[in-house]
Order: sequence, then C-alpha cells, then structure tokens
Amino acid sequence: MEPHNDNWKIWEVFIRSKNGLSHKHVGSLHAPDAEMAIKNARDVYTRRSEGISIWVVPSEAITSSAPDEKDELFTPADDKVYRHPTFYDIPDEVGHI
Amino acid sequence: MNLTQQPPITMEPIGLETRFQTYVDGENKVEPKDWMPEAYRKTLIRQISQHAHSEVVGMLPEANWIGRAPSLRRKVALLAKVQDEAGHGLYLYSAAETLGVDRRELLEDLLEGKAKYSSIFNYPTPSWADMGAIGWLVDGAAIANQVMLCRTSYGPYARAMVKICKEESFHQRQGYEIMLYLSKGTPDQKAMAQDALNRWWWPSLMMFGPNDAESPNSAQSIRWKIKRKSNDELRQEFIDKTVPQAEFLGLRIPDPELRWNEERGHYDFGPINWEEFKQVVAGNGPCNRERLEARRKADEEGRWVREAANAYAHKQAQRRAQTSAVA
Repeated sequence: MEPHNDNWKIWEVFIRSKNGLSHKHVGSLHAPDAEMAIKNARDVYTRRSEGISIWVVPSEAITSSAPDEKDELFTPADDKVYRHPTFYDIPDEVGHI
Repeated sequence: MNLTQQPPITMEPIGLETRFQTYVDGENKVEPKDWMPEAYRKTLIRQISQHAHSEVVGMLPEANWIGRAPSLRRKVALLAKVQDEAGHGLYLYSAAETLGVDRRELLEDLLEGKAKYSSIFNYPTPSWADMGAIGWLVDGAAIANQVMLCRTSYGPYARAMVKICKEESFHQRQGYEIMLYLSKGTPDQKAMAQDALNRWWWPSLMMFGPNDAESPNSAQSIRWKIKRKSNDELRQEFIDKTVPQAEFLGLRIPDPELRWNEERGHYDFGPINWEEFKQVVAGNGPCNRERLEARRKADEEGRWVREAANAYAHKQAQRRAQTSAVA
C-alpha cells in the first residue's frame, strides 16, 4: 500500500440491527483500512440507530456465484420436494407433528 | 431424467436483449453482474452518478446558512439535513460503483464540468427563508421523484432510494416548519417567506425535467422500468400535493394561471420558462461557477486528509506486523 496515494479501497458493510438478528448487507464505502471503515460505516449507515454491530469486509474478499450459473447451481434443489414437510402424509388425528 | 444434460445455450445478442426485456417486464430486479444491455448499464451509470453529484452539490446552498441559523433548533436540524445529503451522495456513488465504474472517474467528470447535477442547486440562497423554501419545495420535488424510483428495476439503486426516502421526509418537514413560523410571524418574516417562494417555485417545477414530448431518453428508461412515471406525471403530482400546503401557509404561488381543474382532477398551471432551464443546465445559471469552484476546492484541500489517512493506515499495519514478528 502506497502511503502517499489518496485512493481508498472499497469495503462492503453489514449491520446487525439488534441482537437476535443477522448482519445485513447495507452498502459499501471507501476507507484506507478496517478501523476507519468501521468509523465511516458508523457515520454513513447508522445515523438513525440502525444497528448495534458493524462488519466491514474488503470487497475483493467476497466471492460471488456467477449469475449465469444460477440454473446449474440451484435447479437441482427445485425437484426435491421431499425436503419439505408438506410432502409427508400424516393423518390429522395424530395432532401437531 | 439426467439433469446434467442441458442443451447448449447459444444466443444471439438480440435474444439476450429480448430475454432481458421479458425479465424486466415481469417486475424482476436486475442485480450487479446480471447480464444487461450495455445501454442500460450506461444510462444507469449516468443517472445514478448525476443523482449522487446532485446530493453533494446540494449541500452547498444550505451549508451557506448553518453558521447563521436563527436558533439552536434550526441549526441542529440544518446541520443534520446537510449531513444526510452527504450520506445520500455516498449511498448513490456506492450504487453507481456496482455497475463497474470507478468513483474517482465520476468525481473527475464532475470537477471538470463534464458531469451534470440537478439544475436547482445552481440558484443562490440570499435569505434564511430560502432554507424553508428549499426543504419544502426542492426536497418535496425530490421526494416525488425518489418515491417513484424505489420501484426502479436496478436493485442497488432501488434499495438506495428506499433508504434515502426514509431520511428525506424530515428534510421536507424541517423546511415546511420554517415556512410556517415565518408566514405566521411578523409582516417582514411573511414577506421574506413569500419572496423565497417566488424565487424557488418555478425552478422546483423544472427539477422534473423537460416535458415528456421533449424528453427523448425517457421512453427507453420507462421501457426498462428505470423510470416508473413520466416527467409531466411527477410534476403534476408535486403541484397537486403542494398547492394546498401553500394555501395553509397563506402564501401565494407565483403563477397567475394556477387553478383547480375539476374535470381533470388536477391543478392547471402556467408555462415553464424552458429557456431559463436550458441556460442553467448549460452552465449559465447564477451559481454554476461558484458550485464547481467549491467542489474543486474541497477536493484539492481535502487531498492531504485522504493521503494522511492512508499513511496512518500504512503505519498501523507496519506496527502490527512488527509486534507479531517480535511476539
């Protein structure tokens, strides 16, 4: 990292709004390092008490599945209806199960 | 059935565009890295970045009054509003970057006068009442546009709009509250409020852009569901909502042709001075030069801060490396 350049890298920001909930992606920002990314995220994304916890991740660290591989990756699950409770026939007399 | 045997997909570019249009027609959202027509990407980069520039340049006319707000209540509200505009610019630059453009490039275009931003911010703010008029009318017009854009087809832009809309409503209330106090105040205060309304009414109507017939790009934007309502539709919506608000203030909207049309169910209004709009968009408005100068100055004078932050980060990283080497 060059100390005299004024470019900051991109970080993705995740906020947990309250304990019990997961961190949710809220957007991105530029910052020189993780510590300042957290401080900037606090200013940009939590001005209205939107959260109690912040995660910042360099965008380059995120790997995403390719949109054009959506079919290959996800259609195999579509016809496995036996993974769902409604596939199974339980008589009503048994009660809640 | 062997699910691994898929027929090879070979599509002409035309096929992809048709498939994209069908996808958009189904109210599906487009996300980063999804295939999209190059023209869709380009027009969104232009629109989102212009929107971002507008937020940031929009801080300037109001920042003018932070140091001179008449009370602490007014000052904290104005400061919070201007801070929000910075935040909105940041959400929008982030949304633009998801389309594969570098933020620095967008900023350079702005600073070189190549990129546009909303024409409304090229007007001066000579009185405190302008803070009321801007919050009420300019943010009011922005809200009409932004609520519509919450349903835009590009995911990151739509989500940024939802966040912005939540924050924008205090902006308009803050402005309207100022207008209320002034218009119910002394004769001088009421006159100042009327004067601000006189100066901001027509430029606010121009924020919605040219008439639909004069707006060639609109049709494609509407087809791709980037835009969900036309310029004229939004402008009419804004007028219908705002006229009763002005009546409550006891102020007169500077349009002698403004009247309720029972048959249409809308207000009729007078002709807009499109020559003025063209001039301001072309760079000949009252404050275009001043706004650009201020942005250039901020960028130049802030450079040492960005460099210092990088130097500090570098130093911290070296220190951490040394500590772990020793331990």
